[in-house]
Amino acid sequence: MIGYGVMLNILNVTASFGGLAVLKDVSLEIARGETLALIGSSGSGKTTLLRITLGLVPFDSGEVRIGDQPLSSFRQSHWAERIGYVPQDGGLFPHLSGADNVALIARRRGWDRTRIENRMEELRLLVELDREVLSHFPSEMSGGQKQRVAIMRAALMDPSVMLLDEPMGSLDPLVRRTLQDELKRIFSRLGKTVLLVTHDLSEAVYFAERLALLHEGRIVQTGTYADLVSRPSEPFVQTFIRAHRALPSIGGET
Amino acid sequence: MKSALICFLITSFGWTLHAAEKSATIVVGSKIFTESYILSEIAAQTLTSVPMSDVRIVRKLGMGSTGILFESLRTGAIDVYPEYTGTIAEAILKNPSLKTHKEIGEALAAKGFVMSPPLGFNNTYAIGVTRKFAEANQLKTLSDLKRVASSIRLAFSYEFMGRTDGYQGLVRRYGLDFDKRRVRRLDHSLAYQAIENDEVDAIDVYTTDSKIKKLELKVLEDDLHYFPVYEAVWLASRSFVEKYPMQWRRLEALSYQFDADKMILLNSQVEVERRSFDSVASGYLGISANEETLFDRISRRTLEHVWLVGWALAFSIVIGIPLGIVSARRLRVGRAILVVSAVVQTVPSLALLGFLIPLLGIGAKPALAALCLYSLLPVVLNTSVAIRTIDSRHIENARAFGLSRLQILIYITLPLASPTILSGVKTATIVSIGTATLAALIGAGGYGAPILSGLSLNDPSMILQGAVPAAVMALGAYILFELIARALTPAGLRR
Repeated sequence: MIGYGVMLNILNVTASFGGLAVLKDVSLEIARGETLALIGSSGSGKTTLLRITLGLVPFDSGEVRIGDQPLSSFRQSHWAERIGYVPQDGGLFPHLSGADNVALIARRRGWDRTRIENRMEELRLLVELDREVLSHFPSEMSGGQKQRVAIMRAALMDPSVMLLDEPMGSLDPLVRRTLQDELKRIFSRLGKTVLLVTHDLSEAVYFAERLALLHEGRIVQTGTYADLVSRPSEPFVQTFIRAHRALPSIGGET
Repeated sequence: MKSALICFLITSFGWTLHAAEKSATIVVGSKIFTESYILSEIAAQTLTSVPMSDVRIVRKLGMGSTGILFESLRTGAIDVYPEYTGTIAEAILKNPSLKTHKEIGEALAAKGFVMSPPLGFNNTYAIGVTRKFAEANQLKTLSDLKRVASSIRLAFSYEFMGRTDGYQGLVRRYGLDFDKRRVRRLDHSLAYQAIENDEVDAIDVYTTDSKIKKLELKVLEDDLHYFPVYEAVWLASRSFVEKYPMQWRRLEALSYQFDADKMILLNSQVEVERRSFDSVASGYLGISANEETLFDRISRRTLEHVWLVGWALAFSIVIGIPLGIVSARRLRVGRAILVVSAVVQTVPSLALLGFLIPLLGIGAKPALAALCLYSLLPVVLNTSVAIRTIDSRHIENARAFGLSRLQILIYITLPLASPTILSGVKTATIVSIGTATLAALIGAGGYGAPILSGLSLNDPSMILQGAVPAAVMALGAYILFELIARALTPAGLRR
């Protein structure tokens, strides 16, 4: 199963908190350059899986690999070179300007100023952000600007995998529509392996080629949106899809 | 690295105090009333004028009452101070049967102290009569009072009425049969008022009271030697006398150089003419008065005050912030730290100073310790609360980016907590500025010194010399911290 093309590999991960099973034998493969959306309602265990992948919480058994190396073999200080994390709503530190947020990790890793500036400029053009926004504080930025700065921050160390938590989280629908298109462009330009965690099926379908539906700690089905609709593995898949009404028709954008 | 820095700061802090005490110094103490201030100032100036010596003379004036002074002498915190033989026998040796100078001196020597010969005056109870009444009735001695016992109007202080060696003994010894309706009990200071207004003819006085001169009272001679003798002497530790024999001889040379009239004059120069202690002392010693101007005096006290507050603050920051961090992280430890610092906060400052004297002596050390303890709570509390109320998502995100615990603390937690921590430091500063005025009680100087002297002299202008600058300093500190807060608060957190 572990082929050349697999970048993020979650293997039989089981986790429990206080005797309560949260993840039951979860396995997931994401190919290099692929975008996979992990969907599930709240309480499904998707946040736990996200935190396990970020190395924030321990798990009982199984393994998480990036490339062909287990997560546990990475030094914490080199973390940002493996996984670039974009928290919900960007998760920018309020006391740091945009530029300081982006440069935070590179500075701690001892990058010199020019190297940081060059890389930042490269990413700024890629995410199409006005230069002056970088000197603003998060409280002075729009939702879309925050999201872009957060993506720059996650991508700065050129990680193998990008991890996004509810990227459209609390944005209003109009902003969402335009930002969605732009983010998709940005992702394709970045060419990263992306794991996107969301509760929103339409968002998942818009961004990702493949979806993984998590329910009560199990992956109930992995596949394209078309797979999920036409060949549901169990009744819950239909229930979940039916709960989201305003969806594009099958064969639309995938 | 953090703890190394803290260790370094504490060590250097302790060392500064230590170094300050190591150089050759003689410390002169005084009690908290005019005469004691003047005599100590005279002693200090006498010691300063000893030729060919590079010994530094330190004044710790207005330290408190007999208990504090003698304890300070015993522990070596001071070397010499003016005392009274009656007080030595009763309060220090606890043996009132010791009467003669020789007996008292020998009992003191057995304990390791040295008493000088008498300075020449006796500050005891006496009866003062208006000159008019004394002349009209030809009163000279206490025995003469018998002739006017039925007509004289008297006002005595509560203490005099209550003491065994006061009123009761007096009437028995001299066989006085006063008209009870004409004997009034009054507060001591009101008694002077009453005699000034000619409402009474005689009151109890202390023999060197400046008011005797001001009100031109006739002090009746104690012809039957009823009142106990309170002869002024220098009281010193033996180690001081042995280490500085030349200086001690200079002090002994002042023996028999005083008498009651001279002392009354000196007291009234301070209390009536409002002259400073050092100018009265140097006037007495014939030294050209090198009197401090008001500006110099306030500057000196400002430095003392800033020194106290500054160190207390440095300590509360260096200790308080790490303690606050620990208490935010470990709930049980945190609660313990907060309870202890809150308990310390509730101990009245005077009591806390009292506790610290046996441990740290007198002067700057216990004062600093008390101030540090007081300024700790606001800093610990604010740090702890600030850290605990930070949005936990920021900390988790920082971990997800691969920042270490120390990096999170330095680059995320502390900057986010800084506005609240700073306001804790501000509170600590303002509290310290107020509390530091009490440091003068144990001889640490500062703005408290004029406040205490002013209170003991009932001189509002002197109290204001301490109270006004202290208030100005507190206000200044407030403004300063507002500016610091503006400069230090991360721009993204400003409102």
